[in-house]
Amino acid sequence: MTGDLRGKAAIVGTGHAGFGEARGLTAYDVMAQAGLAAVADAGLSLADVDGLFCTMMEDSMPALMAAEYLGIQPRFVDGTMTGGSSFVNYLTSAAMALDVGLCDVALIVYGSNQRTASGRLVTASRPPEYEAPYKPRYPISAYAMAAARHMHEYGTTREQLADVAVAARAWAQHNPEAFERGPLSREDVLAARMVGDPLTVRDCCLVTDGGGAIVMVRADRARDCPKPPVYLLGSAAASSHRQISQMRDFSTTAARESGAQAFAAAGVAPGDIDLVELYDAFTINTILFLEDLGFCAKGEGGAFVEGGRIAPGGVLPVNTNGGGLSCVHPGMYGIFTVIEAARQIRGDAPGQQLENIDLALAHGNGGVLSSQVTAILGSGNTL
Amino acid sequence: MQEITGSDQTFRRALANGEIALPKCDSCGKFHFFPRVVCPHCHETALSWRRASGRGEVYTTTVVRRRSEQGGDYNICMVELEEGVRMMSRVEGIAPADVTIGMAVTVYVGEIDGQPAVLCRPVEG
Repeated sequence: MTGDLRGKAAIVGTGHAGFGEARGLTAYDVMAQAGLAAVADAGLSLADVDGLFCTMMEDSMPALMAAEYLGIQPRFVDGTMTGGSSFVNYLTSAAMALDVGLCDVALIVYGSNQRTASGRLVTASRPPEYEAPYKPRYPISAYAMAAARHMHEYGTTREQLADVAVAARAWAQHNPEAFERGPLSREDVLAARMVGDPLTVRDCCLVTDGGGAIVMVRADRARDCPKPPVYLLGSAAASSHRQISQMRDFSTTAARESGAQAFAAAGVAPGDIDLVELYDAFTINTILFLEDLGFCAKGEGGAFVEGGRIAPGGVLPVNTNGGGLSCVHPGMYGIFTVIEAARQIRGDAPGQQLENIDLALAHGNGGVLSSQVTAILGSGNTL
Repeated sequence: MQEITGSDQTFRRALANGEIALPKCDSCGKFHFFPRVVCPHCHETALSWRRASGRGEVYTTTVVRRRSEQGGDYNICMVELEEGVRMMSRVEGIAPADVTIGMAVTVYVGEIDGQPAVLCRPVEG
């Protein structure tokens, strides 16, 4: 989006459901519970929803399935599938649809029961034809090769990767909603089972159930909702490839473009940001995105995260709910970056609530570092 | 009736004959991979095929860890061919963890599960 949409739409409700294990529930059950929680949080009801933004791994038409399940007939539907970044991407399309009156109440919603249904990451996509014969393990082989390249080019170490997981766990230990809250040290991460060199199982996100939902309305209506509005100040997307073998530079992502555009639309710079929520499918993601979004120079991400600098009490709060590494990862985590950012800005974060959070960045990643979507959110003070 | 041979078929037929054929754009002169009907660099559609030299370098690498009773660990790599294209492959003939970034490799047509596939081996010496 461009600066013209800055502050025109706001998040007025968030909801989640089925974190960890949602035994006995279908993915659509989890989706509906999250959606109900979000509309209630906004002081609205499902009957008010006339814009639906949804994708899931269950079906080729999940947005229509979700509308049918919820008993609504939205006049605007966006089911664009860019993987785990989809829900950050919907912030842009929801803001656009709201601004021109294509809908008045936008519900962004997602649910998954992958853990209790299958015990592993669920994907609806086929292995790419020119990659499948080599039997890569998706998505980890792709991220492992990015990590290996980053280590080769910049001297990033396994210890620095491990510190990303350790920081995420330290935040999660404050968050009663987080799935993994036990102690985790750098040594634990390094000694864990190697899955795809150089990544151990503790460098990888969780496999959980869970759903999330967000309600957005135009700014004028947002002021009448019960919770403080969280304004969308800027957002932008960039995609560089679909298959990992087509990624031009394995140590630089399209977050460089999505971030620059989102910052320009919001009229702020990385140094202004109080809080960062990144899609941490693997520990390398956090390092790549901190660099590409401009929080540190290219190649310095390893040093930037080292020794608790992004953990509680560090220099920059990153993934304050515990992230996909320790809080929740139902397959497409992106929506939870927005939910945690919004709750921190509103002051009702489930874990460690930080003080004076006015500007937050939420960043979604989709595919195998393929789709990058950045959103900048702000409190009323930032308008 | 004229039979149309798609870019994917052309590549696979060459592979079945033991050759790595790469599409090259007649307009900008750049190679690309995977095969397609339009040059991803300049978007022209006049394309020709060239046989790959077989010289390449490992761009990045990983080991897929697997229990020994299921066949053990194996390598996955991205190989950069001399022609400037990259593809997924596997370095054979050495331990999967001994594959290093920048390693010079010979790219050849081998077999995976009875099907022809582009594989690599370290350059001798």
